[in-house]
Amino acid sequence: MKTTTLDKKMIARRSFLKVTATGAGGVLIGLVVEPLSAQQGRGADKGGRGGGGGGFGGPQAAPKVENYIKVNADGSVTIMAKNPEVGQGVRTMLPMLIAEELDVDWKDVKIEQTDFDPTKYNGQLAGGSTATPQNWTPMRQVGAMARAMFVTAAAQQWNVPESELTTGSGKVYHKASNRTLSYGQLAAKVATMTPPEPASVKFKDPKDYKIIGKVTRNNDIMAIVTGKPLFGIDQSVPGMQYAVYQKCPVFGGKPTSVTNLEDIKKMPGVKQVLIVNDRPDIPADAVLPGDPGLENGVAILADTWWNAQSARKKMQVNWDLGPRGVADHSSTVYAQKAAQLNQQQPMTTTRKDGDVDAALSSAAKVVEGAYSYPHISHAPLEPQGCTADYKNGKCEIWSTSQIPQGGRQLAATALGIQPTDVTLHMVRGGGGFGRRLTNDYMVEAAYISYKAGVPVKLLWSREDDMAHDYYRPGGYQFLKAGVDASGKIVAWRNHFVTYGAMTTGPVPPGPGGPPPGPAGNGPRLQTVSAGGMGPTEFPQPFVPNYALYSSAQPLAIRTGSLRAPSSNAFAFVIQSFLDELAHAAGKDPVQFRLDLLSQPSKTPGMGFNPERMIAATKLAAEKSNWGKANLPKGTALGFGFHFSHAGYFAEVAEVTVTNKKVKVNKVWVGADIGSQIINASMAENMAQGAIIDGMSELMGQEITVKNGAVEQTNFNNHPMVRMAQAPATIEVHFVKSENPPTGLGEPSLPPILPAIANAIFAATGDRVRSLPFSKSGYSWA
Amino acid sequence: MPYTLTVNGKKHTVDVTPDTPLLWALRDVLDLKGTKFGCGIGQCRACTVHVGGKAVPSCQTLVSSVKDPITTIEGLSADGSHPVQQAWIEVDVPQCGYCQAGQMMAAAALLAQKPKPTTQDIDTAMNNNLCRCGTYLRIRTAIQRAAAIASQSRGSAQSAAALR
Repeated sequence: MKTTTLDKKMIARRSFLKVTATGAGGVLIGLVVEPLSAQQGRGADKGGRGGGGGGFGGPQAAPKVENYIKVNADGSVTIMAKNPEVGQGVRTMLPMLIAEELDVDWKDVKIEQTDFDPTKYNGQLAGGSTATPQNWTPMRQVGAMARAMFVTAAAQQWNVPESELTTGSGKVYHKASNRTLSYGQLAAKVATMTPPEPASVKFKDPKDYKIIGKVTRNNDIMAIVTGKPLFGIDQSVPGMQYAVYQKCPVFGGKPTSVTNLEDIKKMPGVKQVLIVNDRPDIPADAVLPGDPGLENGVAILADTWWNAQSARKKMQVNWDLGPRGVADHSSTVYAQKAAQLNQQQPMTTTRKDGDVDAALSSAAKVVEGAYSYPHISHAPLEPQGCTADYKNGKCEIWSTSQIPQGGRQLAATALGIQPTDVTLHMVRGGGGFGRRLTNDYMVEAAYISYKAGVPVKLLWSREDDMAHDYYRPGGYQFLKAGVDASGKIVAWRNHFVTYGAMTTGPVPPGPGGPPPGPAGNGPRLQTVSAGGMGPTEFPQPFVPNYALYSSAQPLAIRTGSLRAPSSNAFAFVIQSFLDELAHAAGKDPVQFRLDLLSQPSKTPGMGFNPERMIAATKLAAEKSNWGKANLPKGTALGFGFHFSHAGYFAEVAEVTVTNKKVKVNKVWVGADIGSQIINASMAENMAQGAIIDGMSELMGQEITVKNGAVEQTNFNNHPMVRMAQAPATIEVHFVKSENPPTGLGEPSLPPILPAIANAIFAATGDRVRSLPFSKSGYSWA
Repeated sequence: MPYTLTVNGKKHTVDVTPDTPLLWALRDVLDLKGTKFGCGIGQCRACTVHVGGKAVPSCQTLVSSVKDPITTIEGLSADGSHPVQQAWIEVDVPQCGYCQAGQMMAAAALLAQKPKPTTQDIDTAMNNNLCRCGTYLRIRTAIQRAAAIASQSRGSAQSAAALR
């Protein structure tokens, strides 16, 4: 295609169209898409709890999509990928949606990652499994609008009705006259046209899909398998120095001095040492902020990372540990306090339906269970890091942030510049899992570059990462429930003991922040980030007499959203306890749950549709041969389901237990995430990965605190599942329901923990109510 | 101190302190960014390279101790044609992809030694390599697939060295 010259005045007149001639001779077709419908917004937030709600940069004014498609001279099409890629496959998935409706062949699609640019793109974040529900319609609209324009352009050129034209493989066809025009041939004309209204374009019939629903390989796969520089850690800027940043082991502490500062400065390759100790103090009784930005510490810059790291290992920093560096902030004390809190009057009543105490006293069977789960670390395999280049009031940043908007704001604040003075390149991250929803590493890199006056590549060690995470908050749930003579749950009481404090202050910002507390200015319980439980947590809608009481104690470490925040812990508790009730009632655990889901809901309209969970449950049960399998002694099936992030997941695990050695033989996943699986390859891959991830959380992971500092340091004491422990098979099955597609990265994880726990019970009779199971003597076979 | 390393068939001199792990010489001195840092203590093996054909964690291997030739992910093939790379593409193994260079180097070393590995062989040989995304099932499949690709392209006459 020839280079297109454009009339600038004409462009200015077209408010709905932005056209740019590109250096490569292509044309950028910019399309503005109307705001998401309110329904989609709700769909994305449903069940998301901390993970899907506010805190992702706040509500977006007039979401719009533009500059997505470039038709290249060689007939290929470049499609912009706007969201952060941390392994969830979104850099491939969003362009698939555009390409499908644009009607081009996938082999002709080139994908380009955009920068962070809220003037052009909406929802540039990776969190809450929101990419699918939020982009399913607008991205297809982008493609369909562009396709409609190519059709119109061809119709005008040939002077034939649009109804006689068809498209395919990036071409417009007029079959009657056997004529063809490629999108490349039509691009110049299209660039002068006004796009149609988004709502006016017709989508393809799903049965005609050539890209959506098919196995589509990771777009970066060639770069990954050949070791090309691709990840955050691989970025380079000419003249950059490598930085490490040593922070106080206790949050809120600060360096008072470095004993051997002069020796450190003389170590091989060391260029500069910077001491940061003027960050604002955070009071002892405060619930820690979600994403506080820059913290105190000591930066060492050197010519290689190893030299910076070697100097750091020798450095003797004297710390003022601050108010949290005390014995009270230790896991053993937290556990004691939680038990005490359970004996006391609950701090707050989160929900009360009916008369739980009366119902319990008249129940045929009453079951009690004290459940607990620890803090755990995200530990994505690529440690936190960032490259930044500050010059003359502007800062260029290469970041793996899952929420670049928040990071840009924090960096700008720390540097005293405007967010628009920050150019933010979104770089592939080696795993996210929610860790990169906080932007500490980004602010540190920007600040060190600003202070040191050179471009900087900051890289944390694994030990830094383990010591300074935003941990999944631990918690305690003291449950008591009763079933009647027919086996129906008549009462459910939970005293939820979490971390936080009574407050009258505002809910602090931060990703995965606590769910909204009671309205008004009165005292309320402010929980730590991702540490709250809402009033309609399952099975509230299906139990007539239900009470949720909450209490909290202060916590010294920061917390945040870990893949399926709160759900990753709650599912274990709820679905294990439901299993206890099923056994008490003498019912089959799956049938018991199906009966429960068949009760009329007291609180409909909360985004949970029991019919969908029933279908997912039946699918998982059917595929696993539930209730029919003839298994040897010591081998058993276990079941669990959980609804989160708009996804309905039911999972069955087959385990063999020998002397507390557990082998997970096989797992079956039954799920309803709507009418369409977008990428068949990634969907299966990610669901299988969620099972492995959940197994790691179940068996071995625990972050403990001593005198305000985290005790674990690396993968040797915060272990992950390894190859030999992975199940031989993980089957993933989907119910195709008539609902808009939603995400699966998060909702696929929570049910596997109770499924395995319940299978262990079925195999051994041992009910373990505390994570990780290693503390009860279990290990992988 | 200057040290001579043969990396992917090419000789280099790197001037580093004697305690520098091979990982950092590869990444920061030779600008070979394919080899990844994950833990620094040999727990995750994202940094796996071949030294003398053996899979080793480069974060635990001092530059000063390396005598044999080194192969990194970049040396497996630049165009993705090594059987392990082909299989990884075919099976679409990665999620985030960060551990995969180490996984592939471990897999290539295994196949060089055992061209037809059993599932047990794979689980044993790959147990050192962590995948935070949990792609283990696809890694198992891909290794079997790589073995098949290698045996097709190798024919009966060639040796397992083709995999190196």
